[in-house]
Amino acid sequence: MSSDKALISLRDVDKFYGDYHALRDVSLDIFPGEFFSLLGPSGCGKTTLLRTIAGFEDVSSGTLSIGGQDMAGVAANRRPTNMVFQSYAIFPHLTVAENVGFGLRRSNYSRGERHARVSDALEMVGLGGYGKRAAHALSGGQRQRVALARALILKPKVLLLDEPLSALDKKLREQMQVELIRLQRQVGITFVLVTHDQEEALIMSDRIAVMFEGRIAQLEEPEALYQRPGSRQVAEFIGVMNFLGAHVISNEGNALELDVAGLGHAVIGRDQCPGGPVSGMCHVGIRPETMTLLFEDRGDGPVADGVVDEVVYYGDMTYYDIKLDGVPKPITLSMKNMIGRPVLDIGTRTKVGWDPRALVAFS
Amino acid sequence: MGEVFWVGGRVAVRHLDRDSRRGLLLVSPTAIYAILLLAVPLSAVVLFSFWTQDFLTVDRTLTLANYREAIAEPLFRVLMLRSLTISAVVTAVTVILAFPVAYYVSFHVRPDRKALWIFLITIPFWTSYLVRVFLWKVILGFNGVLNTSLQGIGLIDEPLTFILYNANAVVITLAHAFAPFAILPIFVSLEKIDRSLLEASMDLGENRVTTFLRVTLPLAMPGVVAAVLIVFIPTVGDYVTPRLVGGPDGLMIANMIQTQFLRLNNAPMGATLAIIAMALVTVVSLIFVGLNRRYLRGQKR
Repeated sequence: MSSDKALISLRDVDKFYGDYHALRDVSLDIFPGEFFSLLGPSGCGKTTLLRTIAGFEDVSSGTLSIGGQDMAGVAANRRPTNMVFQSYAIFPHLTVAENVGFGLRRSNYSRGERHARVSDALEMVGLGGYGKRAAHALSGGQRQRVALARALILKPKVLLLDEPLSALDKKLREQMQVELIRLQRQVGITFVLVTHDQEEALIMSDRIAVMFEGRIAQLEEPEALYQRPGSRQVAEFIGVMNFLGAHVISNEGNALELDVAGLGHAVIGRDQCPGGPVSGMCHVGIRPETMTLLFEDRGDGPVADGVVDEVVYYGDMTYYDIKLDGVPKPITLSMKNMIGRPVLDIGTRTKVGWDPRALVAFS
Repeated sequence: MGEVFWVGGRVAVRHLDRDSRRGLLLVSPTAIYAILLLAVPLSAVVLFSFWTQDFLTVDRTLTLANYREAIAEPLFRVLMLRSLTISAVVTAVTVILAFPVAYYVSFHVRPDRKALWIFLITIPFWTSYLVRVFLWKVILGFNGVLNTSLQGIGLIDEPLTFILYNANAVVITLAHAFAPFAILPIFVSLEKIDRSLLEASMDLGENRVTTFLRVTLPLAMPGVVAAVLIVFIPTVGDYVTPRLVGGPDGLMIANMIQTQFLRLNNAPMGATLAIIAMALVTVVSLIFVGLNRRYLRGQKR
C-alpha cells in the first residue's frame, strides 16, 4: 500500500501544550475502509491525535491531510470527519430524532427526506421508533447508539471514536464491539478508534498503532502485534507476557541459539527478534497460553520443571503461577479447563511443556 | 411472602414518619419566622385592601370599592403601566448586558481565575444601595461627570437633560444595581454546559455562531429566565430609585403606595395598590416560570 492511497496521512506531527510534548514526530497513514485503532495507556497522546484529526486541536508542526487535502487551518465543521465523543455529547434539550438530525440542517434535504434519513439512521443502530423520546431518558448504551447514528447520518469519510465503549458495562461493551464491527462493514466508512483496552483493539481493528508518551511505538495488524511485539514495552501492554533472562550462545545464518533461564536450550529464527538483532545477554518473552502443564509425562517438545506457586480459577481457564527451577520470579501460564483435567494445588511439582516457536527475544 | 412484604412496607412507612417528623422539626423555626414576618403582614394588607378610609377612621366593612377606584383612576393606571414598562426595560437591558459578561467569565476566563472574577462582580454591593443611587445622580446630573466630560471633549454643546430626573435615569440606575443578580444565574447555567456538546455541534457542521444559537443559548435559558425573574420582580416595587433620580416623570407605583400610606393617610388604598401590583408581578412571573419549565425539559442529568 502506497501512501498516496491513504485517506488520512500524518507526517512528522508534533503537538505541544506549553512545555508539554503531547505528540512526538507522529507519521502514519490510514487507508480507506480501514478499522484503525490508537491504543495506549492514559496520557499517551492517543486522544490528542484523534482530536487533531477531528480539527479540535492544531498541530504544532508537521502536516495532516485527509483525502489528499491539507487540513491546516480547516476548522472541525469543515472536515469530512465526524466524531463519537467519550461522553457521547448528546444534546439534552433535544429529542433523539433532533439529535440524530442535528447535522442535516445545513444540508439541502427536504423535510421529508431528512425525516426518512433520521429514521434510517436510527434503524441502523437498532433504535427504530425511539425518535420522539427525550435524550435524557436514554440508557448509556442507547446514548451511544444515538451518538453513532448522529455521526454516521452525515456519511463522513472518517468516523472518529473516542473511547466509545469505556462507559458501558462488560456485557454491553462486548455486544457493542461486535455491533461496531458489523456496522463498519455495512457502511464501509473508515473508523478510527481510540482505546486503552488492548483486548478491544485486538478484537475490532484491522491495524493498531500502539502509542507511548506521544510516540507511535508500533503499527501492526492485531495478530502480528500480539505474536511479535516490537519491544518489551509493547509486549507488556498487549496481553500477558512472561520474561526470562537469556544469553546468546551462537548466532549463525537465520538461526539464533539461546540459553534461557528456567527453560534451557532453545533455537529460534531471526524473525523472532521483532525488536531488532540481539546478542550477548538478552530477554526472552513467552505468552501464557503457549505453554502447557504436562499432567502425564508425555510431552514431545521441550520440557521445564517447576513448582505451582499460585492458582487462579477463571471458569473456562485456570491461570497458574509456576516457579521454574532456578528462576526466582514465577511465570504465568494458562490452561483450558476440560472434563477430567484436574486443577493442581499450590506446591505441586510439575512439568511445563513449551514451544521454541512461541519465543520472542529482545536485547 | 405477602406478610413479609407487608411488614417491610410498614417498617418503611414508620421510617418515613420519623424522617418527616424530624424534617418538620428542622424547618419549624424558619417556618414560624416566615409566617410571622411574611404571612401575617401580608394578610393584614389583604384585609386592609377590602376596608375603606372614612376620613380619619377606617371603615371595617368588607368592600371592593378600593379595587373599583384603583382600576378607574387614570393616575394609578399610568403609574402601574409605567412601573411594568420601566421594569421590563430594566430587565431587558440588564439581562442583555449581563449575558456577555457571564459568557466571557464562563468561557474565556482561566478556570483558576473565575472565582476572582465573580468576586469582582460583587464589588458594587460593598457600598450601600443608597450611596450608589446618589453617585448616579452625580454622574448623570446637569453639571455631572458625564455632561462635563462630554462637553469637555466637545461632543456636546449643552448638557444632556434626558438622562436625569426621568424614566431613563431610573432604567440606568436600576440596570446597574441589578447587574450582578443577572450575571450570576446566567454564569451558573453556562458553567453547567458540557463543553463537549459545543465540540459535537462544531463536529456536525455548525460554526461558532450557529453553535451558540442552537446549543449554548437554549441550554443557558434556565439561567436567563432566572435572571429575568430576579431582576423584574423587585424592580416593579422599587421606590428609592424613582424617588431619587426619577423626577416627576419617573415615579412608579411604589411611590404612590408610599404616598397613600404616609402622606394621604389612606392605608386601604395603599394596600389595594400593593395587592394589584403583586397580582401583576405574579402573572408575569408565572409566564416566565412556564417558559422555564419548557427549557428545563431534558436537563435533569
